[in-house]
Order: sequence, then structure tokens, then C-alpha cells
Amino acid sequence: MPEAGWGAVHVVVMLLMPLLLAAGLVWAERRLLALWQDRYGPNRVGPFGLLQVLADAVKLLFKEDWIPPRADGATFVAAPAIIVTCVLAGFAVIPLAPGFVVIDLNVGLLFLLATSSLAVYSVALAGWSSGSKYSLLGGLRAAAQMLGYEVFMGISLMGVVMMAGSFNISRIVEAQQGLWYVGPQFVGFLVFFVAGLAETRRLPFDLPEADSELVAGYHTEYSGMKFGLFFIGEYMGITLMSSLITLLYFGGWLGPWLPPVLWFFIKTFIFIGLFILIRASLPRVRYDQLMGLGWKIMLPLGLVNLMVTAAVLLAKG
Amino acid sequence: MSPVLSALRALWIVFRHMFRRRDTVLFPEREPYLPPRYRGRIILSRSPDGEERCVACYLCAAACPVDCIALEATEDETGRRYPKWFRINFSRCIFCGFCEEACPTYAIQLIPDTDMAEYHRPNLVYEKEDLLISGPGKYLDYDFYRVAGVAVGGKGKGEAESEDAPVDLRSLLP
Repeated sequence: MPEAGWGAVHVVVMLLMPLLLAAGLVWAERRLLALWQDRYGPNRVGPFGLLQVLADAVKLLFKEDWIPPRADGATFVAAPAIIVTCVLAGFAVIPLAPGFVVIDLNVGLLFLLATSSLAVYSVALAGWSSGSKYSLLGGLRAAAQMLGYEVFMGISLMGVVMMAGSFNISRIVEAQQGLWYVGPQFVGFLVFFVAGLAETRRLPFDLPEADSELVAGYHTEYSGMKFGLFFIGEYMGITLMSSLITLLYFGGWLGPWLPPVLWFFIKTFIFIGLFILIRASLPRVRYDQLMGLGWKIMLPLGLVNLMVTAAVLLAKG
Repeated sequence: MSPVLSALRALWIVFRHMFRRRDTVLFPEREPYLPPRYRGRIILSRSPDGEERCVACYLCAAACPVDCIALEATEDETGRRYPKWFRINFSRCIFCGFCEEACPTYAIQLIPDTDMAEYHRPNLVYEKEDLLISGPGKYLDYDFYRVAGVAVGGKGKGEAESEDAPVDLRSLLP
């Protein structure tokens, strides 16, 4: 097939895969949470309850698409679209296998950081435009949280970038041929993982949503498929974060015997499972604890990791 | 370091639950165990000799906090009271069991059965023929008329269990 033909295939795959994965994850998360809470979870609709997602989607589509009278209409509608667009744009630079990538950007990692930070606009705007105090508080928290955690997320990645000598994600994976970066960059991995949890607004750090305090946080006023988009955005964010961890620290598609794509998915699913396990076991932190953890522990840790990596690389020449 | 350790320990503990037995009972395929005194569907029972226990005293209807019981009393030719019709609206019933406690004859009883969902609300209104069962329910050999002092067909005054014959007031004279 000519070059352009393959490009189209890549685009379609990278557009459909995250969306389908997000749908599947809704089911997987409910089943896994149930498993860890000695329940069964959705197991009635279709085999193993797989069609539950379809039923939920149909329900969401048929719900009244309501915009609260106090809301800022245009922004209110745009906000859920922003998160999905940003996360989907991030998937453009994720390589599933050698050469299987939509754009092999040589600043791929920077592009990813940029798109994932843009996603916070969705949450902040949703909180602001809803015209509800709970939403506004959720949006404010999201903004503060992103500000704090975006900083050391970038810093923790710099160790990997220095070791590989490239911002190109495919190049970074190929540089891990001998040794996965989780070994030399273990501290960086931990810091990035915590940042990833905060970035996707998952439980210990789901303060923007905080069901028990803020009703549903920034998406309190959303219903129907607009709410569904936030949901899809969150699950695609988890997939994006898990695939990033896989690519940057666990050798991406590298692995023996199995085809590269399979290795990539196996590793990614392990981290998705870890995200869900963390949701099942850890309680939400307090707001000041969240900020303290970010600025007082994670940021210094990231900086120390950065400096030690730089020193070691310099000493090696 | 201890918060990190406790978080890791929490993860491990939750992960181990994967291999535990599920607590959920898969209902339609498997019936959950309901204890004999479970407050479920309401029935009207009969005495050991097969007569209706209900004497239509209206105490259950009066005790019902949601007014879901309605009945009308009548008498047969021997003077025995019974409900002409008896209606329980289960779309209102809260299964509190007050009717069972108020009943002086053990006629109305709540049994361990909950499988009574309906698609149409009117189907939840049970008439007397739906409520009345052929057995004595939870109290196997209790018969109100056998112990009560009231005279009813076949049984005169003073013929009930542990009851003395009525006193002839005039014979009290020395």
C-alpha cells in the first residue's frame, strides 16, 4: 500500500481505538471494582455484561440534553468537546508498534504534554460555565491541581528525555532496547505515575469531582451525552497515561516472542488495571494534602531525579 | 514513609479480594436464604381444622401505617365472624409487620417470600382469594375459637379449652 494509504489506516485506528477502549473501560472498571469488592458487577446485558456499555450509551443519548438557564451556553457545550479533542490529539503521537504512529513528531513528548495540559481548560471552563457553585469549586480545584502537577510531570519526564537524547517517543522506546527506563529512572517513574493520577483526576486525586463534597464537581450540571463525553475523556485520559508510562518507562512494544503491538497492549492494560486498583483502595486526599504532596514532595523529588540523572550522564560523558 | 507503606498495604489487601468468594447472590438463578421470620408477602392463614382464622376485627387495618389493608366484616349463620372481602394493596405496603403483631388470632402473617414484582400496578392489589392459604402458616395448632370464650356454631359458652362452665348467678345463693 502507498504511504498515504497507511497513514489513513493509522489515523482511523488511532481515532477508533481510544474511543472503543474508553467504552470497554467503563465496563472493565465496573467489573474490576466489583471483583475487588467481592461483588460481580454488571453481568446481565450480553456475555459477561459486555453490552452494558451499549445500553448505557443508548440511555445517555436518549436523555434530555439540558443546559441550565444560568449556564453560559456556548462555553457549556464546548467544554466537553475540548477534553475529548485534546486527549484524542494526544493519541496522534503514540506509537503502537515500530512505524505504527499517526505523526512521528520529533517533539512528540512536548506535544503530548501540551495537549494533556490543554485538557484542563475543558474542566475549568465546564466548572465556570455551569453557573453552579459546586461546578465552580470543582473547576477551581482542577485548575490548581493541574498547575501544581503539570510542573513536576514535565520535570520527571526530562530524565527519560536526557537518557534517550530525544523528544521523539519512538526514539525513546528504541533507546530502551537493552534496559527499560523504569530501572535507572525509578524515581522519575514514581513521580510521573503520581502526576498521571492527578492529571487524569483519578481517585486519590479526584478533587475536581469529589462526589462526597461537590456533588459531582465540574460536571454536576451535565447530563446526557455531554456528560458521556466527560466520561469518555476521563477513560481515554487513563489509556493515554497508561500507554505513556508503558512507552517511556517499560519499553513500549519491546518484548520477546509476542508481536510488538500485543506487548504494547499487555503493558498498557496492566497500568490501566493499576489505575483502577488504586481507585478501589485509596481514599481521596484532602485539598491541602494534595497541594503539599505536589509542591513539597513530588516537585523536589523530580528536581533531585533530574539533577542526579544529569550528573550521571555528564560523568559518563 | 509510613503513608506510602500503608497505601501499598491497602493496595495489596484490596488486590487479595480478587480471590475471595463473591458476596452477591445471583438472584433469579439462585434464591437467597430468608429466615423463617422474614417479613415478606402477607397471607391469611387457616386454623388446623381448615376454617378461616380471620375474625374481621379490623385491628390490622387500624394498625397499618400506610392504610394498605381494607376489609369488610360479615357473619355466617352460626355467628362466626369472617371478612366478606379482604384487600391488601402491596404497592403501598411497607412490610412493617404491624398487622401481624396486631392480629389477635394469628390470621394475618408475613412469610419469607419477596418474589412478587409486577409490571402493572393494579396487579399488586391482592384480594382475599389471593391472600388466603390452605394451611395454618407459622402457628400449626392454634385455633382462636377453641380457646376463646365466644359462643360460635357447635361450641357453646364455657366449652372452650381451659374454660369453666358459666356460673349460674342464682345458684350462688347459699
